[in-house]
Amino acid sequence: MHFLAEELRLPTNGLDYTLLGIYFVVVLGIGFAARRSVKTSLDFFLSGRSLPAWITGLAFVAANLGATEILGMAANGAQYGVYTVHWYWIGAIPAMVFLGLVMMPFYYGSKVRSVPEFLLHRFGPSSHLLSSIIFAVSAVLIAGVNLYALAIVLEALLGWPQWVAIVVAGFFVLAYITLGGLSSAIYTEVLQFFVILAALIPLTVLGLKRVGGWDGLSDSLTSSHGGSFMTAWEGTGIGTDNPLGANWLTIVLGLGFVMSFGYWTTNFAEVQRALSAKNLSAAKRTPLIAAFPKILIPAVVVIPGLIALVMEPALGKPGSGLDYNHAIPVLMRDLLPNGVLGIAVTGLLAAFMAGMAANISSFNTVFTNDIYAAYLKKGRPDEHYVFTARVVTVVGVLIGMGTAFIASTFSNIMNYLQTLFSFFNVPLFVVFIVGMFWKRTTPAAGFWGLLSGTVAAMINYFWFYQAGLIDIPTEQGANFVSSIVAFVVGGIVMLIVTLVTKPKPAAQLQGLVYGTVSPGLQEPPAEGDDAWYRKPALLGWGAIILAAVCYIPFSL
Amino acid sequence: MSEQHNRPDDENPPAAEEMAREVDELERRSNTAARLFDVRRIIGGLFVVYGVIVTIAGILATEEDLKKAQDVNINLWTGLAMLALGIFFLVWLRVSPTVPPPPAEELVREQGIDPHDGGPDSGRTDGGESPGTRD
Repeated sequence: MHFLAEELRLPTNGLDYTLLGIYFVVVLGIGFAARRSVKTSLDFFLSGRSLPAWITGLAFVAANLGATEILGMAANGAQYGVYTVHWYWIGAIPAMVFLGLVMMPFYYGSKVRSVPEFLLHRFGPSSHLLSSIIFAVSAVLIAGVNLYALAIVLEALLGWPQWVAIVVAGFFVLAYITLGGLSSAIYTEVLQFFVILAALIPLTVLGLKRVGGWDGLSDSLTSSHGGSFMTAWEGTGIGTDNPLGANWLTIVLGLGFVMSFGYWTTNFAEVQRALSAKNLSAAKRTPLIAAFPKILIPAVVVIPGLIALVMEPALGKPGSGLDYNHAIPVLMRDLLPNGVLGIAVTGLLAAFMAGMAANISSFNTVFTNDIYAAYLKKGRPDEHYVFTARVVTVVGVLIGMGTAFIASTFSNIMNYLQTLFSFFNVPLFVVFIVGMFWKRTTPAAGFWGLLSGTVAAMINYFWFYQAGLIDIPTEQGANFVSSIVAFVVGGIVMLIVTLVTKPKPAAQLQGLVYGTVSPGLQEPPAEGDDAWYRKPALLGWGAIILAAVCYIPFSL
Repeated sequence: MSEQHNRPDDENPPAAEEMAREVDELERRSNTAARLFDVRRIIGGLFVVYGVIVTIAGILATEEDLKKAQDVNINLWTGLAMLALGIFFLVWLRVSPTVPPPPAEELVREQGIDPHDGGPDSGRTDGGESPGTRD
């Protein structure tokens, strides 16, 4: 029995630290080597729009596969059971396909450098500035939350003092992004993707062997947690009770539509990867290529969460000293010998750093491009903005580190903050979707929709849910409801404001609303892009079908 | 080189096409396609090194290691798989190397311009000596 988090300490040795050290040297090398490719601000912010689709696609999925995501989804697996697959198959795939097939022609084709810049063209400066500020603040604070999460995990696993972890990880992220900009962030993400898989696959294989394979796992959890724990949809009827505290309607609408479309289609930390692709076809394929690994990731994240519950039944029980977030570390401790253990520690650390780097690299772009260059110092030479972006990167990382230190004293507040930011994307999504499909939507409607949706989500979360005015059994269920509220309020406000204000002339909306194409922006397809396996429609619908098929074994 | 003067303006935001032209111009001057190394080299190199180290750890595995890993020599298998992945990336790089775009004309033009806009960290002249640029 393990009663103290201290016992989570991993038996690492020199071999493991050697593997970790090699990784640090390599990421620093990537930073220095990428530096010579940075000449213009476009190189720094979007890798010169020149990367091939498989790289941007893997970076797209890896930017999402941060350590908080890995540990968090394994924790959800241990807490809610197989329901966790909803975050992948309905809560990610449809939105990723929508981004690739429907929205990417507008994003990439209009040559915007960021998500807020699209709002500038579609609506105007007020919604542009509002969304830029919301994004910049949340990106840097999320980077801090990531760093703080890294510090507590490393303290538990390796015994590093928190400040050492914060300073070391912060320094490496700062160094390679300041040097190489988005290119080094993306390259590091691709590398991290393979390292984390090299850790999670052996972990899952050994874990399954330990608990008697899938059948053994399924049998023990069915007997201890009931049959619906191992299904995706059982017990999700409205009014029935289930571990997730959500019914099929909030799952489909809240998670599958509003939250996931908000996150995947408007979160610039994700979209930025696609915008760095070398042509429109590669940009469209970026989220589609990412969708396939995303479908399979629950096999090495959610299943370990379930295994951990069998191997360590005290997990998540009060007084055990182990909360659900410890699912994967517990397996690492109990199953991995030195060597693979070092790979796992490296993968976890790499995933934390990549998660932070994705936020920092999108933050420096939005701050420099959409706030500094657009409103503070206009019309300077391009070199000035490259220099500014490097300074902003340093400042962003330092603020993130500061946030992480503050977070260590107010950790509850930070949890709330992160939850809150998780639905900041929703109001942005409603503004995008209405603005993209309804030509008449006015600039004022964009601003007020964004503002009212954000405020509505906050009121619902802090006032109605936290104060107990409405009864939602779990935190996750509350998030689903908050996002639906944000979507509905934002949408209604946009409708009303549009009806009483003046729309933009249609000539200014070419290439920004559905059914129009910017004049002169069509590119001829690149050589080889007409191969059948590069057809976006095939990739997209293939991903949807595969996700639906994956549901079958867990729904019968 | 006047593309920088098309920044947005509060009262009268420029048409989207103007900013698109600015991006076009930056894209033409961009250095990434010509100078960014291929990530396959890094993935291949790292995984070959990791693969060799972890495979050796597998060959030297103790009874205790095996017992912990459910009688699977997990270091050996993971090491070999990582080695295979690393070799795959290096072979792929060899079979279809990156073709840098032919920027000859651009480079000549840039060299005439660079002394004037050589702001801090313009990255063209001083980046070449950075460690680890080519192996």
